[in-house]
Amino acid sequence: MATEVQTELASGKPAQIPDRPERGAAPSGKPKRASRGLTAIIGEKLIEFIIRVCGISAIIFVFGIFFFVFREAAPLFFEKHKAPAPDAAAVERHADDHSPAHKQFSLKEFLFSKEWYPTSQSNVRYGVRALIVGTLSVTALAMLIAVPFGLGAAVFVSEFCGGKLKETLKIIIELLAAIPSVVWGFIGLTVMNQIIQNVFNAPIGLNMLNGAILLALMSVPIMVSIGEDSLKAVPDSYREAGLALGATKWQLVYRVLLPAAKNGLLAAVLLGVGRAVGETMAVLMATGHAVTIPFFKTDGSFNPWFMFEPVRTLTATIAAELGEASEGSQHYRVLFLIGVLLFSITFVVNLTADMVIRGIKKR
Amino acid sequence: MFAETPLVRKKHRREILAKSIFGLMSAAMIIPLLLIIGYLVYQGAPLLSWDFLTTNPVGGMRRGGVWSALLGTIWLVGVSLLIAAPIGVLAAVYLNEYAKENWFNRLINLAVINLAGVPSIVHALFGLGAFVLFAGMGRSVLAASLTLAIMTLPVIIASTREALASVPRFFREACWNVGATRWQTIRRIVLPNSISGILTGVILQVSRTAGETAPIMFTGAVFFRNIPAGDLFAYSLKEQCMALSMHLYTVTTQVTGAPKPLPYAIAVVLLGTVLFVNATAIVVRVYLRSRKKW
Repeated sequence: MATEVQTELASGKPAQIPDRPERGAAPSGKPKRASRGLTAIIGEKLIEFIIRVCGISAIIFVFGIFFFVFREAAPLFFEKHKAPAPDAAAVERHADDHSPAHKQFSLKEFLFSKEWYPTSQSNVRYGVRALIVGTLSVTALAMLIAVPFGLGAAVFVSEFCGGKLKETLKIIIELLAAIPSVVWGFIGLTVMNQIIQNVFNAPIGLNMLNGAILLALMSVPIMVSIGEDSLKAVPDSYREAGLALGATKWQLVYRVLLPAAKNGLLAAVLLGVGRAVGETMAVLMATGHAVTIPFFKTDGSFNPWFMFEPVRTLTATIAAELGEASEGSQHYRVLFLIGVLLFSITFVVNLTADMVIRGIKKR
Repeated sequence: MFAETPLVRKKHRREILAKSIFGLMSAAMIIPLLLIIGYLVYQGAPLLSWDFLTTNPVGGMRRGGVWSALLGTIWLVGVSLLIAAPIGVLAAVYLNEYAKENWFNRLINLAVINLAGVPSIVHALFGLGAFVLFAGMGRSVLAASLTLAIMTLPVIIASTREALASVPRFFREACWNVGATRWQTIRRIVLPNSISGILTGVILQVSRTAGETAPIMFTGAVFFRNIPAGDLFAYSLKEQCMALSMHLYTVTTQVTGAPKPLPYAIAVVLLGTVLFVNATAIVVRVYLRSRKKW
């Protein structure tokens, strides 16, 4: 019996801690066991129960987040808003109170209209297309900057430098990751603003490019650390085999390590995207906050200088307008619906990243 | 000696080129940032002094220091730490010591990853919907701290878990073999041996909490509150408070006519706090790791 337990312990799967053998399964021969007090046993059961509850707390919180955000948005779909009263007196009354005119909320308009006029007196419109385009374009431009630099830095830190320099760089990158987003926003508002105005001769420095540079700088640290992890996970035998064939470091990186670590690097990029989409304060302060689709001029032709147009993102809209929307109003609920939308977007991005990482671990 | 063929020379040229390009890419990310941080310090320097930290903002937040905001941040960090640290550590204990490799464990993992990825403004909406309105806490330090605690939980879980996983399995086996129960093993062997990772996680959580703005905007932080300077207990759980991050946002975007160095000085105080806490985490990690016996 005892040897069985031991071999099980010795040969058990390394990633998993085997179940502790139950008391009844103790070696035969019935040794006299010092009995523990009842309180100790109950206390232990209690603490194990608490540990289990804490263990599932993450699930509870994620469902809680979705539930409570959706709960505030839900009345949009179930409440029937009365059509504007036809008689003149009612119209006048409507104009007097400063609540925006109510009309039935339409999900189609919400997703596909580019008109965002939440406080209009005559015709309220909640279309988030321009905001979605704003979020996606800032994120895409940020990734265009961040991906080459982030992955390049990951390769440099992991493969090309060693010893002291490597440790120093890793610490600096860790510290950069800790800079609060409101400080980034402040940097965008003051330093970047002036730099963009002077370098590109742009009329305003608070625009898509400014936000994208900030988001790029913010998501580089996470890309470097995860990219470096995935490069480190490539077995050393690959490197040794390459070096034995006379490959230089660069050939090794290009032909062996990048293909071998490509899933990890993809996950790094995805997590960077997730961070950029969800970023609030920096884009709120730095992107100029105008609800426009930056790719087209007023006459409908393509605007080649779209990166110098101000844009507005989903996150910044919530942050800027929630304070002004009165509790329970349609505007307020629409902002929560944007929250649901954001939650869904980042959920999908993170899920994909997790599946990509899990794919590596299995292999 | 081998003679260098043109092919070999080309190979080495490329090697040097690649190395310098990757090096430049790293430098291009890091150096401008260090310059920017230096610039912030340079601009804020005229105001930075001990008095700046210990006096309240006055004159429509155009003069004075940051005391009430700093104290608010300390309160928010402290309360959210008290909530998040036990839950986070115990959750990590569950994931590493109790959970079996099955679909439920995968689900928990997925939840932790997603909790880390939810945008901060969605956490703010959650805090507003769940704590401020549903639980009836109103906009208060407690509601804001709960929101921050849930938001930063993954930080503690991830680093505690890593620390627990690095305790060798034979430590546990030895303990079980002398008859200890699972919980006794965890308390006497596993937790003491992974204290460095747990501490690092807790400190990182503090730094993350101190810098967040969006989650507290609608759950408990106010633009301005007048409190007596020097009193550490000027706030209470049920009241609203100021916070450094929020203060920086307010002074930068809402207050007109503030002297130019003021927002820079606030930014430097916030940045300094966060970086100091992070540096502490690094020092603790390095020190305790050097004392590890295995």
